[in-house]
Amino acid sequence: MTVMTRLPALAVTLSLSFAIALPLATTEAEAGITINERTSPGGIAFWHVEEPTIPMVAFEARFDGGALLDSLDKPGVARMLGSMLDEGAGERDALAFAAEAERLAARFGFSVGRDSFGVSARMLLENAEPSAALIAEALTDPRFDADALERERRGRLSSIRQSSTDPDSVARDAWYARSFPDHPYGVPVAGTEQSVSAITIADLEAMHARLMPLDRAHVAVVGALDAEEAGRLVDQILGDLPESLAEDAGPAMPDAVDPPAGIDVVDLAVPQSVAILGHSGLQRDDPDYIPAFVMNHILGGGGFSSRLMTEVREKRGLAYGTYSYLADLTGAPLMLASVSTANERMSESLEVIQAEWARMAAGEVTEAELEKAKRYLTGAFPLRFDTNAKIARFLVGAQSVGLPLDYVDIRNGLIEAVTLEDIRRVAARLMRPDALSITVVGQPAGL
Amino acid sequence: MRPIPLPRTSPGRAPLLPAKLIAAAPMTVALATAALVTTVALLLAPLAPAVAAERIEASIDQPVYVFTLDNGMRAVVIEDRRAPIVTHMVWYPVGAADEPWGKSGIAHFLEHLLFKGTDTIPDGAFSKIIAENGGQDNAFTSWDYTGYFQRIAADRLGLVMSMEADRMVNLRLTEEHIRTERDVILEERSSRTDNDPGALFGEQMRTALYQNHPYGVPIIGWRHEMETLGMEDALAFYERFYAPDNAILVVAGSVDADEVERLASEHYGPLEPAGRPPEPRPAEPPQRAARRIEMDDPRVRQEYVLRYYAVPSYGTDPRTSAALSFASAALSEGRNSRLDQALVFGQGRALGAAAWYVPTARDLSTFGLYAAPKPGISLDEIEADLDAELARLAAEGPSEEEMARIRRNARADLIYAQDSQATLARLYGAALAVGLSVEDVANYPDLFASITAEEVQAAVQTWLIPERSVTGHLTRTPPPAAPAGPAPETPTDTTEQENAG
Repeated sequence: MTVMTRLPALAVTLSLSFAIALPLATTEAEAGITINERTSPGGIAFWHVEEPTIPMVAFEARFDGGALLDSLDKPGVARMLGSMLDEGAGERDALAFAAEAERLAARFGFSVGRDSFGVSARMLLENAEPSAALIAEALTDPRFDADALERERRGRLSSIRQSSTDPDSVARDAWYARSFPDHPYGVPVAGTEQSVSAITIADLEAMHARLMPLDRAHVAVVGALDAEEAGRLVDQILGDLPESLAEDAGPAMPDAVDPPAGIDVVDLAVPQSVAILGHSGLQRDDPDYIPAFVMNHILGGGGFSSRLMTEVREKRGLAYGTYSYLADLTGAPLMLASVSTANERMSESLEVIQAEWARMAAGEVTEAELEKAKRYLTGAFPLRFDTNAKIARFLVGAQSVGLPLDYVDIRNGLIEAVTLEDIRRVAARLMRPDALSITVVGQPAGL
Repeated sequence: MRPIPLPRTSPGRAPLLPAKLIAAAPMTVALATAALVTTVALLLAPLAPAVAAERIEASIDQPVYVFTLDNGMRAVVIEDRRAPIVTHMVWYPVGAADEPWGKSGIAHFLEHLLFKGTDTIPDGAFSKIIAENGGQDNAFTSWDYTGYFQRIAADRLGLVMSMEADRMVNLRLTEEHIRTERDVILEERSSRTDNDPGALFGEQMRTALYQNHPYGVPIIGWRHEMETLGMEDALAFYERFYAPDNAILVVAGSVDADEVERLASEHYGPLEPAGRPPEPRPAEPPQRAARRIEMDDPRVRQEYVLRYYAVPSYGTDPRTSAALSFASAALSEGRNSRLDQALVFGQGRALGAAAWYVPTARDLSTFGLYAAPKPGISLDEIEADLDAELARLAAEGPSEEEMARIRRNARADLIYAQDSQATLARLYGAALAVGLSVEDVANYPDLFASITAEEVQAAVQTWLIPERSVTGHLTRTPPPAAPAGPAPETPTDTTEQENAG
């Protein structure tokens, strides 16, 4: 059934990014999980949580790179490869592969983002071995059958065309295009009609050789396997992947970026405009990252209590939802916000958000606000550990930004230690209302 | 509304290939939920030992408890001690289908307003208190129910119960609340529906499908009626329906069932019952005429055909409902399903095709079909291909191999669903809110396993017939013959080649 929710759910991708942005962890007791770092018999490092309650296993791997490996003149190859992996592998064509996955009741997912490639698998304990063998085949020996490529291409092209009149998609693509000219972050991960039309099997093979080196992998196993079994599973799935790549085969690392300030309006005939606002953010390893994270929560983090939600939605009824967030793009961290408002009121929404940006930059934060933010962030931390699949995603997110194994134990302490001075210092440095790059898609009045 | 400018790990809204259909444009919600409900209906393995394999059964340990308070409030408790948290939900079995005629959207509007305040928790403090306690909260409205929930540390269960009990009976609204929140729901309608031609088309399909039953009215409401909703409308709906004997409590997580019962008695027990369950809704007359609609919109970039049938739900006819779940799976579950095989793979003429069915509804339910043609193929042609597959299923029935595949998938769904206490809580809540019992849920795996291929065939023959259906074509408005000139430079103009093959 269709359901209307009171608060728009943060997009899946946002929560994924939060897995990074929202640093991880609580004490072991609070989070209720015990994480162990292990090495498989074949020498692959992974993080492991043994959770015997349910007869299933969640496997997760993330490889740094993703769409950063695409060339500028042909975006979309990495994403296309991701969707071709289960379109036939080894002896099995697409249908045979699907039939075998179904026979095993195994669920596989491959996802290509701007700077990473993710592999997810859920397997029944009773079928863990053959399921691991099957996904290993997809990773190491995909077939790239011509008919499968054409099928995927047709679907992708249709999707790209549909996105061209979807204001959310248009706004996202336009914001990144303007902010990252001549850079893989500036082109759509899915590619363009032109580039997707031109993808060849040779492109896929070349990308396949670069997408999954083990020295860029972060791996987690959560479920009803002990250490030894989990190690064997990791070897079975990843053991045949290349150890590392030649230096020049890696992704081009972007320079830090500062998007051009000012408003860019993209005309689209829709009743409600969509706006994205942002400028550069903080690297995940910046000493002020945690204070910035707390500051963002006060400004426009999830839930109903943020300043943006209060000012834009609760007081003025300007939008259904509005958020701000730190996006930890590799090499080009961002501080972003978004809002959707009726065309005739969009300028008012933008004014409110810019005013809040300025208020935060000026250091206007109270001790009470900070206390409330800390109580939420520390108290809600265990909510992120209530399913095996979520735990596994968290574990690879933590590894990919270099957090220590005991991060779950120290994380709430880091949050607790943030002072008003920390918030003001980082806000003064990070929040630059005059530097905001704003993309509005729709027909906003007066912009 | 969603924050978009982050790296996407899945392809946006529109991919048409089967594995990604959950994210697809026209039926995102319907499909996602259909999957959920199927899963859910199969959930109660601990209570229904027959279906799962031995090894699985032996290791499942999520007991389910039920109790009823003296004032008639019913409760379900699911123990899951993996994390020290709890999901607390209160469901009212009333939704958009219970609204007074002409007041569309009031159930959902009231759901928003319930966060505005009571005497003891005024001025929108509800969510702030939850957040300060490290919790998350939200609410949702469907045609059949309205639900409120919090996810929070397990030791705060008493707190959230006291707050939820308070707003069940003590809502205090001001005209200012009404004004601003009405703007919010209008913006919500813009985000969900008016900005998306596929959503507008879905709305038109439902109104054409349900000729008398209020399931044809959109949950969010018609804009012209939403604009007129006021304080009296909200309070009338609230006072009529919000009472403990018209509420269902679901608690899942690191809790002890006896302790939950004690806390529920303390917080919900003192509330006065209303003694007035919701009235039955107007029923559908016999449907006698196949309906067809066509809609065009200049924003459409992928044309497609949609078909809805008005069919029984699990509550109105359990065996037929289970058989229709099999039919939907035979047509569309996985790449070896009939629609994928015939329409998408090989010489198939579709970019994507799907069938879905949601068994959980109080009255009728909807069975859906969808196909998007390849470039160069017309909607009439792809509709004919859909109909041919449906006719084949009606003529042959599913094979034993298909039946076995579907049963196997259902069993796996059951296991995976147990990974999430929130999913389980939502399952039970939805089932009870549409009038099912915990026993109905418990019996579902047995019932599902006992469905025969002949029953599936009979359900298809009986219910998936033209006179119970609406068929819709969504097309792109042909652009006016434009005078020669420079093309606009916006990314919106990328589609001249769309149907060029």
